[in-house]
Amino acid sequence: MLMPALRGEAQAFAGFVERQKNLIKRYWLWEAVWLIYSLVSVLSIGYLAAGLQSLGASTFDLRQAQLYLLVGALLWAYLSVVFIEISFSVMWERWEGTIEYTFMAPVRRLTHLFGICAFALLYGLVRTVVVLLIAMLLFHLDLTHANVVTAVIVLAVSTFPLMGLGILTSVLPLLSPERGEQMTVAVQGVLLLASGVYYPVSVLPGPLQALASVNPLTYTLEGMRAALIGGRGVGSVWPELAPLVLMGFVLVPLGLAVFGWAERRAKRFGLLKRSG
Amino acid sequence: MSQVSQPAVETCGLTKRFRRQGGGRRAWPWRQAGSEVVALHPLDLTLERGSTTGVIGPNGSGKSTLVRVLATLVLPDAGWARVFGHDVVTDSFRVKRHINRVSVEAAFFKELSAWENLLYASRIYGVADRSLRLRVEGVLARFGLPRDVLDRPLRHLSRGQQQKVAIARSVLTTPSLLLMDEPTTGLDPRSKREVQRMVADLREDSVTTLLCTHDMDEAESLCDRVLLMDYGRVLADGRPSQLGRLEDLFFGLSGRGMEEADVEAEQVVEGSVC
Repeated sequence: MLMPALRGEAQAFAGFVERQKNLIKRYWLWEAVWLIYSLVSVLSIGYLAAGLQSLGASTFDLRQAQLYLLVGALLWAYLSVVFIEISFSVMWERWEGTIEYTFMAPVRRLTHLFGICAFALLYGLVRTVVVLLIAMLLFHLDLTHANVVTAVIVLAVSTFPLMGLGILTSVLPLLSPERGEQMTVAVQGVLLLASGVYYPVSVLPGPLQALASVNPLTYTLEGMRAALIGGRGVGSVWPELAPLVLMGFVLVPLGLAVFGWAERRAKRFGLLKRSG
Repeated sequence: MSQVSQPAVETCGLTKRFRRQGGGRRAWPWRQAGSEVVALHPLDLTLERGSTTGVIGPNGSGKSTLVRVLATLVLPDAGWARVFGHDVVTDSFRVKRHINRVSVEAAFFKELSAWENLLYASRIYGVADRSLRLRVEGVLARFGLPRDVLDRPLRHLSRGQQQKVAIARSVLTTPSLLLMDEPTTGLDPRSKREVQRMVADLREDSVTTLLCTHDMDEAESLCDRVLLMDYGRVLADGRPSQLGRLEDLFFGLSGRGMEEADVEAEQVVEGSVC
């Protein structure tokens, strides 16, 4: 009894991954536009760093500053893709009118959401690697001192809190069919502001620093910079890894619980159909 | 009671209300108090296994709400509903294994091909295997759809073809209870006849079917039992031959014609009631 059930869930998981892949394939032109947008954003940051010297900022290591900003920009590009793919999946289904069919299927919500997340992580990684390779070519980035193993571990551990955040945000279109999309973008903006993508969080005012301390992206960025720029080993990034592990344990179950609550609410008020 | 002897659907005092927004959608939340619309008054209903039951009524009569409750997509406010003995609220996962639904809008990922949509549906129901493509082609052939339809994006198909693919999607998961919510509404006469033929075929497969429709003739020809609904209440329930001309019966019981009731419901409901 258990094995057929597990097989069914595995098949459904593959179904969600495959569906997302097929959607990306069909909307390839849009995806190409977004890839160019990501690339342009990262390159702009790289050139901004390169231009600092002509603005008179010669008292610090410009290569170091460029690397600092580029790592932030690349990670933000990755996190944005993952975040948008997860949180917009519900909105996409609402828009197509298929959400009732997905919710009606005999599949656990855990399988559904993890399937969406798995694709988002893979797709985000592929897109970021493309942008990284181009940035490396253009800026002659020196990553010879980088500790790749630590970077991979930080990224892997970050996956869970990021999934939790994505699931939490994907609830917004269920709560407000009309304004969920805008709210998702607003949440993303807050995460950008209070995470230290382009600056150390120490420059932020007190309340934003407090927000940054509970934002998993802050620790992902610090850990990745420590690995890629500082070349630090796994043992020395525990201060970044520990909060990420903890947040993963909190945010994933919290995301699933809130999603469950929002689904029940949508069913109570009849919000699942396309017209809302 | 054993599983086999359970009726396909059983409801007792099933009730659903929806809140209707007041003050318009742009009003501040505290000015949106609005009122309540009763979509389903306490409903007691039993559908026998293998039966085809038609539900007829104007917009806002509660047909779609009944379908959505049975499909586990809307939670009832009071009463209960069971599908093959499983409660739609507390045991919804088991209910989902028994059902599928065809709605008035053939909801698909429109940019994906029919095959990609059907593959996705089959996977999330856990019924995709190596023979799926052959099975899909078989089902489409049975419904008179050419094979090349499979690899075309859904948005390139006519509405009739989309609706047939939607029925194929529901059939692929071999449901024991098929909920059809106005599957022929808005179709051209030819597509409508073809979809009706498909519904008739399903009847021969002993699938329990709940068919919501506006079309009295459709209900008379396809169903062995008809429920006439208005404002969330069952006005009449019986075999089509017993009920006589449904149009006249509806007028006699509600005091207005079906079209008049549709217009009235649209003015009152403004999309609040499913």
